[in-house]
Amino acid sequence: MREMSRIVRTVSHIMFPFVIMFGFYLVVHGHLTPGGGFQGGAIIASGLALLIVAYSRSRVKKVVKKEVLTTIESSGLLMFIGLAFLGIGATFFYNFLANSGIIFGDSVAYGINPGNLNTAGTLPLMSIAVGLEVLAGLSIIILMLAIGSLAGEGSR
Amino acid sequence: MIFEHAPALIIAFPLLTSFAVPILNRFGEKFRNFFVLLSLLFSLFFVLTLAPQVYSHGVIVYTFGSTSPGITLPSGYSMPIRITFTIDGMSIFMAFIASIVSISGLIYSWGFLKKERVGMDKFYSLLLLMSVGMYGMIFTGDLFNMFVFLEILSIASCALIAFWVHKGETSEAAFKYMVVSSIAALFMLIAVGIFYGQYNALNIAAIASMINYNLLDKIALSLLIVGLAMKAGAVPMHMWVPDAYGQAPAPITMMLVAASQASLYALFRTCFTLFGLRLDVAMVGWIIIILGILSMFVGVTMAIPQKDIKKLMAYHSVSQTGYMLLGVGVGLAVMNDPIAFQTYGMKAMEGSIFHIINYALYKGLLFLTAGAIFYKLKTRNLDEMGGIAHNMPLTTLFFIIGALAIAGIPPLNGFASKFLIYESVYRFNPLLSIIAMVVSVLTLASFVKVFHSAFMGPKMKKNVREAPRAMLLGMAIIAILIIIFSLFPAMVVRTIVDPAVIALANQGNYISAVMGGI
Repeated sequence: MREMSRIVRTVSHIMFPFVIMFGFYLVVHGHLTPGGGFQGGAIIASGLALLIVAYSRSRVKKVVKKEVLTTIESSGLLMFIGLAFLGIGATFFYNFLANSGIIFGDSVAYGINPGNLNTAGTLPLMSIAVGLEVLAGLSIIILMLAIGSLAGEGSR
Repeated sequence: MIFEHAPALIIAFPLLTSFAVPILNRFGEKFRNFFVLLSLLFSLFFVLTLAPQVYSHGVIVYTFGSTSPGITLPSGYSMPIRITFTIDGMSIFMAFIASIVSISGLIYSWGFLKKERVGMDKFYSLLLLMSVGMYGMIFTGDLFNMFVFLEILSIASCALIAFWVHKGETSEAAFKYMVVSSIAALFMLIAVGIFYGQYNALNIAAIASMINYNLLDKIALSLLIVGLAMKAGAVPMHMWVPDAYGQAPAPITMMLVAASQASLYALFRTCFTLFGLRLDVAMVGWIIIILGILSMFVGVTMAIPQKDIKKLMAYHSVSQTGYMLLGVGVGLAVMNDPIAFQTYGMKAMEGSIFHIINYALYKGLLFLTAGAIFYKLKTRNLDEMGGIAHNMPLTTLFFIIGALAIAGIPPLNGFASKFLIYESVYRFNPLLSIIAMVVSVLTLASFVKVFHSAFMGPKMKKNVREAPRAMLLGMAIIAILIIIFSLFPAMVVRTIVDPAVIALANQGNYISAVMGGI
C-alpha cells in the first residue's frame, strides 16, 4: 500500500498530537475519570495506526523501532510490579504513597469536588505503568500486522 | 519478616522475572536462563517454607494492599473487600505440583529447544506466566481473581501451544484451545457475576458464609462445573486435549497437565469450599462420578488405537483425570453421612488427591520421554519407531518407570493411589470400582503396545544417540520423585495428602480464617 493522498496526510498530521494528548490525559487521570491505563494506552496506539494508514508502512517502520517498543513494554510492566514490591513493608501492593504528602500524596477531600489530580498514591503511577505497557504492546501488534501484510505483498 | 510475605512472593518473583526476560535477554542466553531458574527456585523455596506454617496453623490468609497481611476485615467492614490469598492444605499440595513441574519443565526446555533461534525470550516469559497462573489459581481466595489467573494461564498456554507456529497443525490446536478456554472462562465469569449480584461479594469465604443454594446458585454451580471440567478435559468436553497436548512442545505439554490439575482444583474448591454441605451432595457427587467414569472409559478406549505417541498419551490423560473425578465424586456424594464419609468417603478422596500428584509426575515424565523421542527421531508416529531401547537406554528406563506407574503396577506410586480408590469406591458401589480396574488393565495394554512398537525390536538404521543432558536432568528429577513416592506412599499420604483432604472437607475453617469467628 502506498501512502494516502495529501488531504489524508495533512489531516492526520493535525490530528496526531491531539490523539496522543488525549491518550495521555486518560492515562494520567485514571484515578479520577472513566478510562485509565489500558484505555489511554490503546488510544495512543491507535495514533500509530493512523500514521501507518496515512503514510506508507515502510516509512513508519523506519521511525518506530520494535526494540524500543519492547523495552518500553517491559519497563512499564517492571514499573508496575516494582511499585507493588515497594509496598512490601506492609503488604505486597500496599499503597505507601497515599496521604503521605509526597508525589500524588494529598488526601481526598470529602463531598462534591472537581477532583484533585495529586491524590491516590501509587494508583496513578500504576496507571501510567499500565499505559506504557499497553501503548507499546498494542503498537507492536499493529506494527507486526502491517509488516506481515507488507511481506505478503512482496511475494505476490 | 520476609516469610510472612511468602504467599505474595511465590507469585511475585516469577512475575517480575517474566516481565524482565525481554531485558535480561540482551545480556545473553545463560544469564537469562539463570534468572528464570532462580525465580522458580525462589518460588519453590517459599512454597517449602510456607508448608510448615500451613500445616501448623491450618489456613494462612494474605491480604493484598492491607497494612498487615492478616487483616482481612479493616475496622468497620463486615466483608473482605481486598483480594486475599487463602492457603490451606489443599492449596499447598497443589503448589508442590506446580513448582516441581515448572522447574523440571524449564530445565528440560534448555535441551529441548536449544536449536530454536528466535522467540526464546518470549517462550521463557510465557512459561513463567503459566507458572504464575497456576500458583495464582491455587492460592487465591477470591472468585474473580481466580478467573483472572485462569485467563493468564489460558493465554500463556495458548501462545505456547502455538510455539512452533510454522510447522504442523499447531495453530489449529492453539485455536481450539483458545476457543475452549474462552468459553470456559466466560462460563466462570457469568457464575461470578451471579454470585456478585446476589451476595455483593467476590471472596470465596464471604460467599460461602452466605450461600443458600437457590435456583440462581444452582445455575452458577452448573456453569462452574461445566467450565472447569472443560478446562480439566473431562469427557464430553475433551476434544481439545489430544490436539493441544499433542502439538505443544513436550515441556509445555507437561505444564499443561499441571494446568488442567489447577482447573480440577478450582472445581473441587467450588464444590467443597464454596458450597459445601449446602449442596445436594448426592446429586452433584453422582454428576462428578459420571463425568469421571465417562472420562476414564472413553479416554482409554480412544487411546488404544492411536498411532501418534503424544496423542495416545493425551487420551490417557483424559482417562486418568477420570480417576480423580471418581474418587472425589464419591467423597462428595457421601459427605452428609458422617459414618460413610469416615469409613470410605475420606479414603476415596485421599486416593484421588494422591492420584493428582502421582498423575502430574508420571504423566509429565511420559510426555517428556515422548518429547525426547521426537527430538531425536523427528516423528511422533509409532509405526516409524522401533528399537529405541538400543540407542536411548536412559530414556527407555524413564519410560518404563512412567508406564508402569500409569498402569498401576504394584511397587510404583500409581498403584498406591489407584488401590486407595478401588478399595474405597468398592464399598460405595462395586460396579464403579470394577470399571476403574478394567480401565487400568486397558491402560497397561496400550502402554505395552507403545513399549513394544517404539522401544523393542532390532536396532534402527539411523544413528540415534541419547537425548541432551538438560533433558535427561529434567526427566531424572521427576523419575526420582516418582521412586520416592513409590517407596514411601504411606508417609506421603500422611504428610501432604491427609492435610489436603481435611482442608477440603472442613469448610468451616476456611470461612472462619477469612471472616473471623462466624
